[in-house]
Amino acid sequence: MMDFINFHLMPGVILGSIYALGAIGISLTFGILRFANFAHGETMTLGAYFAFTLVQLTGWHPLAVLPLAMILTAVVALGVDRVFYKPFRAAPAIMVVIASFGMMLMIRSVIQFSWGVQLKSLVPGIQRPYILFDALRVSPKHMLIVGSALGLMLAVHLLLSRTKIGKAMRAMSDSPELARLSGIDTEMVIRATWVVGASLAAAAGVFLAIDTHVETMMGFKLLLPVFAAAILGGIGRPYGAMAGGLIIGIAEELSSYAWLGDGPLLAPGYKAGVAFSLMIAMLIWRPSGLFRGKVF
Amino acid sequence: MDQAYGIFLYVVSLLTMGGIYAILALGLNIQFGFTGLFNAGIAGFFAVGAYVSAILTTAPSARHLGGYELPVAVGLVAAMVVTGAIGWLVGRICIRLRADYLAIATIGIAETLRLILKNETWATNGARGVSEVPKPFEHLPEPWNQVGLMLLVLSIVAVLYVLLERARTAPWGRVMSAIRENELAARAAGKNVEKFRIQAFVTGCAVMGLAGGLTAHYLKFIDPNAAEPLTATFLVFVMLIIGGSGNNKGAILGAILMWTVWSATEIATSRLLPDEWAIRSAYVRVFLIGLVLQIVLQRFPGGILPERRLRVAKGGKSGP
Repeated sequence: MMDFINFHLMPGVILGSIYALGAIGISLTFGILRFANFAHGETMTLGAYFAFTLVQLTGWHPLAVLPLAMILTAVVALGVDRVFYKPFRAAPAIMVVIASFGMMLMIRSVIQFSWGVQLKSLVPGIQRPYILFDALRVSPKHMLIVGSALGLMLAVHLLLSRTKIGKAMRAMSDSPELARLSGIDTEMVIRATWVVGASLAAAAGVFLAIDTHVETMMGFKLLLPVFAAAILGGIGRPYGAMAGGLIIGIAEELSSYAWLGDGPLLAPGYKAGVAFSLMIAMLIWRPSGLFRGKVF
Repeated sequence: MDQAYGIFLYVVSLLTMGGIYAILALGLNIQFGFTGLFNAGIAGFFAVGAYVSAILTTAPSARHLGGYELPVAVGLVAAMVVTGAIGWLVGRICIRLRADYLAIATIGIAETLRLILKNETWATNGARGVSEVPKPFEHLPEPWNQVGLMLLVLSIVAVLYVLLERARTAPWGRVMSAIRENELAARAAGKNVEKFRIQAFVTGCAVMGLAGGLTAHYLKFIDPNAAEPLTATFLVFVMLIIGGSGNNKGAILGAILMWTVWSATEIATSRLLPDEWAIRSAYVRVFLIGLVLQIVLQRFPGGILPERRLRVAKGGKSGP
């Protein structure tokens, strides 16, 4: 039982909170700009590398440089939107999907060129987990990850529910035409969407890097589970994305638990397939997602 | 003389691999160019085709499934059938949703297929791949073995081109572009949009499987890296869009052109630059190709050979 909690449920919650942060950005851009942003995974990688360089420069803890890494990533996202996505605002969505597909490889090649492809670690050394009640293993970095992720999700909730720009974002996600008619500055809302999406993506990348390491393909590996989480929660539904992220993360980790007999239910090599299967199941039975999001 | 012979062999290999890419681009053109279906998982279909044909035609080996030693032609047909069947399954699930969902689902299927190829070592020998795949004409003397394979690939390109041009101008192709341009109108005209889309998707996937099979026989070797999205999926999209999406000639031209650029710059950078820069220049190459794609998308969305609209049969009016 403790094995189940220590080695399956807890890692699932940690992975799930990382997915949730990434999925909020995907879901918002999909809902507001109306396209599947394939470069979102690379945005997460970029955030992690910014944090890596900042940690190298300052010697501070990754969490201390996180805000700056988030800002830098958001600035890059705004620039990318201005140069590569804005010309396609009135064009069919497929054009901007291809543009983002190209962006994915361009950002990755810039990262590979500037930082090289070797694994790097953000926090050097190994931390011993605390053992609580003689059995529960909790490592400090995991508590930091889950705590900060919850904090960021709360911040998103306050932004969307209490501020004017947050309400405008939700309005535009529900109906862009109606939002425009009621005098909402749509370009302003789009910029806000990129800032929120990219900074949360940067945070997700940094948290994953704290948990594992910094690597040029880390974002691409996150892309599919994050898409799955956004679809599971319902496109354009940030709360759905949070729930979807947690569900996908936990499901991936629980899939290798010995539910039947002694061996893992699913070979750990197939963990990455779990997100995909859940996504396909959702697309078949309920494409609008758990939180009744949009279907295009 | 030796140098001229070397260049001759290089051109032969360029045209062989360029021809295989032309087949991939033609396959994508059926899906994306004709019908507007965004398949972001070309690499997966390509890899499955390669493995199916490789496993069916190789001699027995303790390391992977096989030992059937079937003729290469049978392997290639089986590659098309299997990839077509997978395409049908994916199509059944995702085709009614908008292009973005299909893109996400296909990138997912490609990753899942790669996981299977990597993990099912009993069948695929895992990361070490399948080797000693028979190569057509390999018993002919040098350079005729290479030339023979090149002619085989190029004649497949030619046959596909003729068939696809025929399909494009036939009522079938006109329904496809009608669906792409205005789905609602096509539906209102009584066309079964899902059925036509699935047909286009399955045909395209089968053609990609054929390209995969040919690659396995050409390289005599296949491993899960064949499902690498960069060289398989992304490059094919760039080829089709630069050549001219919706135009079969454009697909072939884009494939040969971009493959020449891709392979020539690789040779140039690895010969001319010191090692550490040669590795880095690979990333510059990807970046520049991405940039070219963005410029073409924004400034010349039609590509080099834009799609030619079909003329209305008589009366000289050109129809949309």
